[in-house]
Amino acid sequence: MNDSVPERRVHYLNVSYGLKSWLLTTDHKRIAWLYLVSVTFFFFIGGLFATLIRIELLTPQGDLVQAETYNKLFTMHGVTMIFFFLIPSIPAVLGNFLIPLMIGARDLAFPRLNLASWYLYIIGGLFTLVAAAAGGVDTGWTFYTPYSSIYSNTHVALTVVGIFVTGFSSILTGLNFVVTVHTMRAPGMGWFRLPLFVWSHYATSIIFILGTPVIAITLTLVALERLFRLGIFNPELGGDPLLFQHLFWFYSHPAVYIMILPAMGVISELITCFSRKRIFGYGFVAFSSLAIAVLGFLVWGHHMFVSGQSVYAGLIFSVLSMLVAIPSAIKVFNWTATLYKGSISYDAPMLYALGFIGLFTIGGLTGLFLAALGVDVHVHDTYFVIAHFHYIMVGSSVMAYLGGIHFWWPKMTGRRYPEVLARLAALIIFLGFNLTFFPQFVLGYLGMPRRYHVYPPEFQVLNVLSTAGASILAVGYVLPLIYLIWSLRYSPVAGMNPWKARGLEWQTPSPPPTDNFEVTPVVVQEAYAYDVLDEPEVIYAPEKAAHV
Amino acid sequence: MSDTPAIHAHQFDDPVQQHEASWLGMWVFLATEVMFFGGMFLGYMFYRSAYPQGFASASDRLDIWLGTINTAVLICSSFTMALAVRAGQIGQNRLVMIFLCLTIVLGTLFLGIKFTEYYQKFEERLVPGNDFRFEGALVSSAEIFFSFYFAMTGMHAVHMIIGVSLLTALIVKTSRGRFSATYNTPIELVGLYWHFVDIVWIFLFPLLYLVGRHLG
Repeated sequence: MNDSVPERRVHYLNVSYGLKSWLLTTDHKRIAWLYLVSVTFFFFIGGLFATLIRIELLTPQGDLVQAETYNKLFTMHGVTMIFFFLIPSIPAVLGNFLIPLMIGARDLAFPRLNLASWYLYIIGGLFTLVAAAAGGVDTGWTFYTPYSSIYSNTHVALTVVGIFVTGFSSILTGLNFVVTVHTMRAPGMGWFRLPLFVWSHYATSIIFILGTPVIAITLTLVALERLFRLGIFNPELGGDPLLFQHLFWFYSHPAVYIMILPAMGVISELITCFSRKRIFGYGFVAFSSLAIAVLGFLVWGHHMFVSGQSVYAGLIFSVLSMLVAIPSAIKVFNWTATLYKGSISYDAPMLYALGFIGLFTIGGLTGLFLAALGVDVHVHDTYFVIAHFHYIMVGSSVMAYLGGIHFWWPKMTGRRYPEVLARLAALIIFLGFNLTFFPQFVLGYLGMPRRYHVYPPEFQVLNVLSTAGASILAVGYVLPLIYLIWSLRYSPVAGMNPWKARGLEWQTPSPPPTDNFEVTPVVVQEAYAYDVLDEPEVIYAPEKAAHV
Repeated sequence: MSDTPAIHAHQFDDPVQQHEASWLGMWVFLATEVMFFGGMFLGYMFYRSAYPQGFASASDRLDIWLGTINTAVLICSSFTMALAVRAGQIGQNRLVMIFLCLTIVLGTLFLGIKFTEYYQKFEERLVPGNDFRFEGALVSSAEIFFSFYFAMTGMHAVHMIIGVSLLTALIVKTSRGRFSATYNTPIELVGLYWHFVDIVWIFLFPLLYLVGRHLG
């Protein structure tokens, strides 16, 4: 029978076709794709602004753009990257796709709400794009009052409405994750069998739920102040601009952990799979996520050391900020201990994960410099701060995001990605990233302030290095875009479990069927059972499956 | 999957799990609402302690009688809402309709009285902005007070309007016979939301209307 065509298996990608079947889908896996496409779009928009910034900074003079335009460039770069790429990236793409698969559920608890979240995200994104196209915003992504509320002549109200709407997308995604993890776990999937990816998303969701509403109301008050002349932050009436900063950072500092916690979850999965070892200190890694989420709410004042906050408040915030280093270090040590005597393979996701550990350590330790009150006064608002948070957000979060996309690409698409190219891209990104941002530590230490488009000539060498690094980084980001799209059609078929990983998501066909599992799995083992030499048939037992 | 009509959505194993998920979802949502209003309450508290005199004298310009009546109206609406939820649980759809309608009437009455108050404040030029007029030396802090007054009661009113539309949707669904003694989760959840919005007002009323009363 050489003319036999293998029977086409129905899965979530080919179950229906057409634009409508995607735009009206309630399948968490398809919604993850909607997010993947849209966050990628915003990533490259934000990258465009960054490119213009780096080109301007190639020379000490302001020769590409004027000061006002430069202000808009770094504002739009920050707004796009933070609110429209980093915050939704891992949770809304990988989290959306994987959480139900990892806990053995058919979907998130509220599929329609999940789709609504995506639409809110898109509507908010459109507001911001319209604001950008109409002339942009120049307040910085922090929208400090009274500049944002009274004096700026740019499209502040439009942008904050965009962020407000997108904020609700985050809130509802967080709500969906929390309810799903609480109520939808498959039989046998106890809390301490949850993959660490799920734990870190649970912690992230807590921040979404408790933090995001505060930024929503704060930005609403700024918008009301601009549109209806309320005077809550207006110093002319005796209003206090510092109150805005407190409210803003009450969310926006935890938002940093929204960007890093999911990345940590991804890394835990990658490290265990590619060193073929059980995660070292599961409980510590799981609870350190919650500790970071909780401590994250107590440290916002370290953004305000030089804003006029009382010295005593500064001291306390300084100490509390250093406490965050403890759970972060717990994670790094546990990952390292997992690597110890592991059987390590250097596939592309693992390269990203190892890069993450190094870059996160640098970013985290320089964070301690900034948490130290005395040091911060010197390097505040310099390129040292820029370098620090880019090590966390780009060096760590984006690396983890790309590592995760590569790792789960076979599950999402059913196809492998080209391994050699992927390793090459990971290396290019690692090198390009360090060349871009390491010189900025030096620049900041030497005293170059952030947010200026001109600088003294003696800083040029380091700035040229940084711009050169950014060009390399750009190549590294475009490469995966090209070969991943190519792989959709031309790469070999992946099969159910190409990595021989132990997680529940690998025990269902790739791509998964719409309902994820043919029968509700009964989980009999945790996701890190790499100490078993033979690949177990399944880590759940379908014969014991709950009746559906 | 059997082909009998499902009474729970496909992602759930059974109605119990669905009810649990919806219930938890609503409570989590209310937690986000607490944080949302919390930002304004924090700001209010901060300025109230910074400008106690200004807040007290500005508060005197609010109509305490309309505020009190509105509080009573809202508490009554919570009562009718609770009755609607109870009627839903025992499957008395006709009673559900009656109590939901009563709740809507009371909610709308509240909004009507609120907008009358807004109109008065507008007439008295107590709306923040260039036209704000307030006799005495405390004009700046009074303007801040009225900024909070409009922001907080305005946000509360928006929540009331959303609540009234949810109630309307419930009435349509009840009239189509969607609810029974075994499935009435949406009524319970809207009930939770409605009580939450009422409780916000229970905090707003003393904070805004009763600031300086004890001073005589």
